[in-house]
Amino acid sequence: MVHVSATPVLALRGVSKRFGAVQALTDVELEVHAGEVVALVGDNGAGKSTLVKTIAGVHPIDEGVIEWDGKPVTITRPHDAQALGIATVYQDLALCDNIDVVGNLFLGRELRKWGVLDEVEMERRSRELLTTLSIRIPSVRIPIASLSGGQRQTVAIARSMLGEPKLVILDEPTAALGVEQTAQVLDLVERLRERGHAVILISHNMADVKAVADKVAVLRLGRNNGVFEVKTTSQEEIISAITGATDNAVTRRAARTNGEVSK
Amino acid sequence: MSIDKTSASAGETPAQDAPAVENPEAAAAAVTAVDPRLLVQQEGLLGYWHEFKRKMKAGELGSVPVVLGLAIICIIFQVLNSNFLSAQNINDITITMVGTGMISVGIVFVLLLGEIDLSVGSVSGAASALAGVLAVNQGWPEWTAVLIALAAGIAIGALHGFFFAVLGAPAFAVTLAGLLFWLGFMLKVLGADGTINLDPNGLVGKLTTYYFSDVAAAYGLAVVVVAVFFLTSFLGNRRREAAGVPSRPLSDTVLRTALLAVVAFAAAYMYNQYKGLPLATVIFLAFLIGTDFVLRRTPYGRKIFALGGSVEASRRAGINVTAVRISVFAISGGFAAIGGLFLASKIASANQSAGTGDLLMNAIAAAVIGGTSLFGGRGRTWNALLGVLVIVSIQYGLQLESIAEPVKYMITAAVLLTTVVIDSITRKTQKTAGRA
Repeated sequence: MVHVSATPVLALRGVSKRFGAVQALTDVELEVHAGEVVALVGDNGAGKSTLVKTIAGVHPIDEGVIEWDGKPVTITRPHDAQALGIATVYQDLALCDNIDVVGNLFLGRELRKWGVLDEVEMERRSRELLTTLSIRIPSVRIPIASLSGGQRQTVAIARSMLGEPKLVILDEPTAALGVEQTAQVLDLVERLRERGHAVILISHNMADVKAVADKVAVLRLGRNNGVFEVKTTSQEEIISAITGATDNAVTRRAARTNGEVSK
Repeated sequence: MSIDKTSASAGETPAQDAPAVENPEAAAAAVTAVDPRLLVQQEGLLGYWHEFKRKMKAGELGSVPVVLGLAIICIIFQVLNSNFLSAQNINDITITMVGTGMISVGIVFVLLLGEIDLSVGSVSGAASALAGVLAVNQGWPEWTAVLIALAAGIAIGALHGFFFAVLGAPAFAVTLAGLLFWLGFMLKVLGADGTINLDPNGLVGKLTTYYFSDVAAAYGLAVVVVAVFFLTSFLGNRRREAAGVPSRPLSDTVLRTALLAVVAFAAAYMYNQYKGLPLATVIFLAFLIGTDFVLRRTPYGRKIFALGGSVEASRRAGINVTAVRISVFAISGGFAAIGGLFLASKIASANQSAGTGDLLMNAIAAAVIGGTSLFGGRGRTWNALLGVLVIVSIQYGLQLESIAEPVKYMITAAVLLTTVVIDSITRKTQKTAGRA
């Protein structure tokens, strides 16, 4: 049920962000539709994390407009982003090692019955959620500490799904994972898309990007450096956009027209 | 850049990943097939034995070392002196331990955060002095004095929590200052005389001297405890079955209930051999059950465990870190005050030595000996009971042997060190077994 709607779920129009003397983002444009995975790539310091943090409400933007479902919104606090339906899974996992999977999934929004934890219902819903997302873990009642890195990452992503978000931001979800674990996480990203969520995927790994993303947005030195359709673009083209190896008047023009085509 | 995948797998277990690299089909099959690492418990007694062995190997020792230690202590002292396991001696041990045990319950809360409260000894002394001065010197009704002492304990704890949680001072330093300040406060409140004799028949006096002498009381309580335990387990399992989530087999519930029944009725029989069921024990049990319920069954308890696991994760999950921290220190102060009243009751007076000496160390040691981790996030309030039983048993055993105070200190120190070493080694084992 892949369907790409006309109005993007999230659109950034000319977003800029400064930290003191540093211009972190300049006139950045980005569009994400429902049921679409947009990979955000760029070298270290290109502004990926800053961009994600502006969307997540950690750093409010200085200039530009953020549109949500076509309407301009202001996101100044993480709470604003959550209220809109934006879930962010950060690189350093926000899980408690000593608490079991069920407890972590519902951390901060525990189900209650007469003021007491409703463990049975939480466990039932956890199993349901993990089954829907085809996540396999040894038991929902073992502490997070006993899970592998990939399993933890899938739990962290599953946790973000509990609030039924429209947009899920994944910050380098496969950075520290092995082959099989990476495959599990990528499967999960595809399932998010099938369920009609919009996904922003930050990654350094071109293989991952080629595997799951629909579009690749390249950032370079805080500016857009092209938006590519994954199917029609070679890995080399994306890499040269990231590194700026082709950063001259000719390629800039090519990248620009390419970007316009994909829009 | 495309080499990331293969290089990242180097750190993973080769047995899991090596076939997947060679054969992508096998990897796909492994994803869909039932995970071979799935934890399935076998049925019946053999299943328990295998589960037990697995836990021991993985370093999930829980309360096993302390229960074993307690058994060894009992055997050694019983061999040395046949009075050790007499009804009167056990009765004395279980009443004496309540004061330190209550303080230790508060320490368990603080340790769950991964913090420490060094002020509990002084706070317990200050609370007993306050209650004594108000009730005896000022002539207030004793229950008012007790309530004010408890409120003072909670407020003092909250104040420590404020300095720690809001101003960000290390809990160690804040409560060390508290240790000194409240010791001074107690001495000032007690004044020149230094000792206030409490009414032995008053509210505080009765705390450790009142017995439900009716034989039915002890047995009745045992019946109620066992019945409630069985019913909650049974009904809980019925609900789990109805919801389609894994539940314990009935044999499991029956076995656990039977074990509890043996302990409960043995204790009831023992108490009835002497003066009956002590009030102090009933109150201690009530607090243990209550705090265990709060920690493991309520959202508030879940928050405490979450903070002990990862402060950052808790903050991101929307937990009010500051409020939970302050409340935990308030709980610690409150239990210190309760413990102080029990200790004052035992000697029927509030005096200048209250809350000093080895009280603080014993309260912390009890929590740790019982199995509460010093590193935060793991422990139960029942640990306080087991730990304080060990410490007070050693004290009484050595007293029966007329062994002097210096040796007592050294032996308690050795027990504490052993426990901490076990805790540290356990964590290492758990790390290698992937469970820390």
